[in-house]
Amino acid sequence: MEKAPFLIADGLSKIYPGKAGKPDLTVFEQVNFTIEKGEFVCIIGHSGCGKTTILNALAGLDTATGGHLLMDGREVSGPSLERGVVFQGHALMPWLTAKKNVEFAVRSRWPEKNQMQIDEHCQRYLSLVGLSGSEQKKPSELSGGMKQRVGIARAFSIEPKMLLLDEPFGALDALTRGNIQEELLKICAITEQTVFMITHDVDEALLLSDKILLMSNGPQARIAEIVINTLGKNRHRESLHKEPQFYAMRNHLVDFLVSRSRQFSQSPPKDYDPKNPPVVRPGELVLGEDSSGGLEPAPTDRANVVNLR
Amino acid sequence: MKNLLTIKAALLSLIIFLFFLAIWHTATRPVVKPVAQKSEYQQLMGASDNKQDGLPSPWQVAQTIKKNLSDPFYDRGPNDKGVGLQVGYSLARVAGGFLLAAVVAIPLGFMIGMSPLLYKALNPFIQILKPISPLAWMPLALYTIKDSATSAIFVIFICSIWPMLINTAYGVASVKNEWINVARTLEVGIMRKALLVILPAAAPTIMTGMRISMGIAWLVIVAAEMLVGGTGIGYFVWNEWNNLSLNNVIFAILMIGFVGMVLDLLFGMLQRYVTYVE
Repeated sequence: MEKAPFLIADGLSKIYPGKAGKPDLTVFEQVNFTIEKGEFVCIIGHSGCGKTTILNALAGLDTATGGHLLMDGREVSGPSLERGVVFQGHALMPWLTAKKNVEFAVRSRWPEKNQMQIDEHCQRYLSLVGLSGSEQKKPSELSGGMKQRVGIARAFSIEPKMLLLDEPFGALDALTRGNIQEELLKICAITEQTVFMITHDVDEALLLSDKILLMSNGPQARIAEIVINTLGKNRHRESLHKEPQFYAMRNHLVDFLVSRSRQFSQSPPKDYDPKNPPVVRPGELVLGEDSSGGLEPAPTDRANVVNLR
Repeated sequence: MKNLLTIKAALLSLIIFLFFLAIWHTATRPVVKPVAQKSEYQQLMGASDNKQDGLPSPWQVAQTIKKNLSDPFYDRGPNDKGVGLQVGYSLARVAGGFLLAAVVAIPLGFMIGMSPLLYKALNPFIQILKPISPLAWMPLALYTIKDSATSAIFVIFICSIWPMLINTAYGVASVKNEWINVARTLEVGIMRKALLVILPAAAPTIMTGMRISMGIAWLVIVAAEMLVGGTGIGYFVWNEWNNLSLNNVIFAILMIGFVGMVLDLLFGMLQRYVTYVE
């Protein structure tokens, strides 16, 4: 018998009632997806398609108008320590040092721990994100990348069942972003963390995620496709673009963002079923097999696989 | 560079001060009257030549300052106390009224800031009570409290409460949503959230309110003490006016300014302590 997925989103929708006789605004509707334990899922879509609302609903900070969210078989209702959130603008408390920011979370999670245990716990997560030596600095003394690292350490430190990241690296420069992405990948591998992340960056999605949800443009946004990352589980930033499936994957995503997302909202394909959005594996010949089978130079199944450089 | 600017500014301050003293000095120079004009009557009465009329000169004021500060804490009956004692009485009243106001205003401001309902409900009262001159309460206070010393404290209380209340409510209401959301996702309890998230986040705004309140309280205490009498720097001013000792009045004015400045500096330091850089 098949085990139920770790997280189930079933027919989520968000509708803002229209003011003064105007029609209601449906941001998204019929959003269905699942996340398995230990899976890293990215959601990509243009602004206004309701990505953040979905994430906030998962976090319990916002409520969807319709549909259900089940985590571990239980309805998500309100915020919980079981789900850690890394906010878009780091959301550190500026009057606390880096360590105290993490400590605040750890104390909330385990009020019974004594100071020594808490110190040790905070230290472990701060060094995990490479912040040893900066524990006593206030956020204003840290660079943008370091602030976001503290945010990540804080979210990881409560050892949540699921981690939610709202475009966490959007404000960082490319170099810093690359480094933190690599670290995040490493930490997630060690802790086998289940992650749901919003991003606008195709390369970020390719590097980090196992599964990518593509959202069509709002209003009435829906999940147009679920893309399985065919680049395998063992991804690295420096070798990623040399993988044979890389450009098939990348082109598929870019193509979606550039044109298909709009086309989809105007006229969805006839066989589209929002309950079961099509699952695609760009660059992979053998469907349904272990996705690591891309070692031989297999011919790709798509004509648009051309080198972009 | 910055040092140079400080030195220049200090020099300029000194020049302005000396210029001011010079004008003061010339304006209050004793007019030398020809001896011949002295009437027989004046001679009989022994009117002295250096009899001063009008404002005292800088030198006379300096002498007064020196005399008053050399023995600030003497107490020779109700109408003759050292200026240190008088300032002490005023400070005690201000501290009493101010602390009472803080105890009421800060928790109430917290509740108003956290509850839009309370904010809407209490706002009309606050808007009406805020612009009332605190001294207008004095007759009511004297009638109900029946004690002039306590009435002065009440007047300080009523004038200190508004800036603290309004600033606390505003500071609490405008705490960044993201910090509240962090607390929510960490399932932080209401008391812990209030003390560890909202209070430090709103502290700079609350402190600004306290600083404004303290400034107003120090303004009001002088007037209040002129009315109630008995003790305090305000009473001292009024008493010296009745004695026609403008020397002492000027000295008291300087004293009020100095103490007010020190109070403001203290609150400025507290404010810097709770301010955070984002």
